[in-house]
Amino acid sequence: MHELEYPFDNNYILKKSKSLKKALLGDGSSRITKKIAVLGGSTTHDIIRILELFLLNYGIEPVFYESEYGQYYQDAMFPGEELSSFNPDIIFVHTSNRNIKEYPDMNDTDEVVEAKLNATYRHFETMWQKLSDTYHCPIIQNNFEAPFYRLLGNRDVYDVHGRLSFVNRLNEKFNEYARKCAKEGTSFFINDINYLSSCYGLDAWSDPMAWHMYKYALCIPAIPTLSFNIANIIKSIYGKNKKGLVLDLDNTLWGGVVGDDGVDGIEIGQETNLGQVYSEFQDYIKMQKDLGVVLTIDSKNERENAIAGINHPDGKLKEEDFVIIKANWEPKSENLKAIATELNVLPESLVFVDDNPAEREIVKGQLPGTQAPEMDSPEHYIRILDHSGFFEATLISEDDKKRNEMYMANIKRASLEESFADYGEYLKSLEMTADIAPFEKMYMPRIAQLTNKSNQFNLTTKRYTQDDIEKAAADPANITLYGRLTDKFGDNGIVSLVIGNIREDALHMDLWLMSCRVLKRDMEFAMMDALVAKAKDKNINTIYGYYYPTAKNKMVKDFYLLQGFEKVSEDAAGNITFKFDIPEEYDNKNHYIDVKLS
Amino acid sequence: MTREEVFEKINEVFRDVFEDDDITVNETTTADDIDDWDSLEHINLMNAIEQEFDIKFTMGQIVAMKNVGEMADIIISKLS
Repeated sequence: MHELEYPFDNNYILKKSKSLKKALLGDGSSRITKKIAVLGGSTTHDIIRILELFLLNYGIEPVFYESEYGQYYQDAMFPGEELSSFNPDIIFVHTSNRNIKEYPDMNDTDEVVEAKLNATYRHFETMWQKLSDTYHCPIIQNNFEAPFYRLLGNRDVYDVHGRLSFVNRLNEKFNEYARKCAKEGTSFFINDINYLSSCYGLDAWSDPMAWHMYKYALCIPAIPTLSFNIANIIKSIYGKNKKGLVLDLDNTLWGGVVGDDGVDGIEIGQETNLGQVYSEFQDYIKMQKDLGVVLTIDSKNERENAIAGINHPDGKLKEEDFVIIKANWEPKSENLKAIATELNVLPESLVFVDDNPAEREIVKGQLPGTQAPEMDSPEHYIRILDHSGFFEATLISEDDKKRNEMYMANIKRASLEESFADYGEYLKSLEMTADIAPFEKMYMPRIAQLTNKSNQFNLTTKRYTQDDIEKAAADPANITLYGRLTDKFGDNGIVSLVIGNIREDALHMDLWLMSCRVLKRDMEFAMMDALVAKAKDKNINTIYGYYYPTAKNKMVKDFYLLQGFEKVSEDAAGNITFKFDIPEEYDNKNHYIDVKLS
Repeated sequence: MTREEVFEKINEVFRDVFEDDDITVNETTTADDIDDWDSLEHINLMNAIEQEFDIKFTMGQIVAMKNVGEMADIIISKLS
């Protein structure tokens, strides 16, 4: 929804929240439901009201628990019945520098200041650990905004007695904790209100009236800025980040029109002011790529001219940075659609970056859900893309860093496929190997993420938190398997998951999903073979498969039939039960992947 | 801006904030007269009024405001 995309009008959202909510709920889109506990150190009412809008817009329908005013600590440490039975999927702790109980005193020795710092930090750390032990769910914690006054003037930032110094040191301790969690695979995230408040303007953000009148730790008009930031973290946790950029060339990646001005005439590089702006933008885009954002081009140009422009010696981006380059005279929306198909992603997971408002309108009109931020003037390009939160990096996995290579490899596979008359020969030529094994600790975040973002090749569309996944893996009555596929073009990462539950001598499939980018590579059969082998180990002879229809998973309606199951029953809602009796002599169905099963 | 015009705009804000096109406020309207006008919605309402007229209430004014008439008085004093 345009009203909720950066740069949004904060006051419009605040005023119109009721009608915006109505419109979002009435748009017919399907959403995942998540329970979010908001534990506040100050008033949270409107923060939640606006957070709901941003989450609905991201395809997440939130159910909220809101602590009583200022009761974040009590709620965390001594949970009442209400919070315990709420059993949150995510906990957001909304605290601010108003919640720091003991600041340094001018007469304190260094040791006393240190002790105060540690005591304040421990207050929070104890709470996080308690929350983590009790709820095993992701925690989002505000850091602290800078104080709105500096008693010592500029000295406040470095003198240990300064509040600014104290807040900065606390924030660094929070960061250390977050880094430690990231290393251990625990879901703990900082909501960086220190940065947000500085972008917004600290004096305005800290409006004392909002505190003294309403006990808000930030001014009312800043609330959407805060809520948007929280929503970005949450949608990222559930795998709802955008996947790639679809970039225009002329006046987007360089100044001027390469077809008219020639390669020598476009502005890029250190020669001109505008050239410098575009250089910095190209740099930014290149860094996005290194984080796993897929880069593609959608430009109205002769291909030859486009390539020449991209390879301009002063440009930071090069031809090989782009997975797909569409430079032609087709409508841009058609090109974008083709790019999405080639990448095997939905058009709405791509961001269209174009300086031309008419092109943006066409794309948004033809492909609803595809975002096309308002790139009005090149000096604002970076801020607009950056603050839009498309690629909020709550989880940076090895797979993410290699994403461009993976898509590049996919394109090569496709062209290889075309060169083979026989599909089997093509599969053979891919030299595929797979690791299939029970869920492993180090992959838990990725596995949980996959269950939340796979929609098409997903038989039950059951969503799991990381904690659910860990529990499922630890349960001896379960068989869990992940599959990782590699071929001569590269590593595809973890692409398939199954979870089966053993009840009364039969295995019941709770989950079976696969990433669509490895469709028709025999990976679904390799998983079946592995599952059968694991079931036999446990003397199980029957497997029940379940298909629960959604708006998006029609492609796997007959999946179990394909695997040799027979249909047992179907209810009025279209939920189908299938059954497979494992024969004495089971012949492996996968013929092309060399599987290592552990 | 005349008092009528001020009230016209105030009405628009009320209708937006409470998502109710039937609301019409007058000089003596108070929070008791509108169902959803509680202390939490009041915050949102004050903010929306400030935006609409491009003014800032002081804390003292917000605390002292007794009804919509008084709100209009303050708005008019700030506009002139």
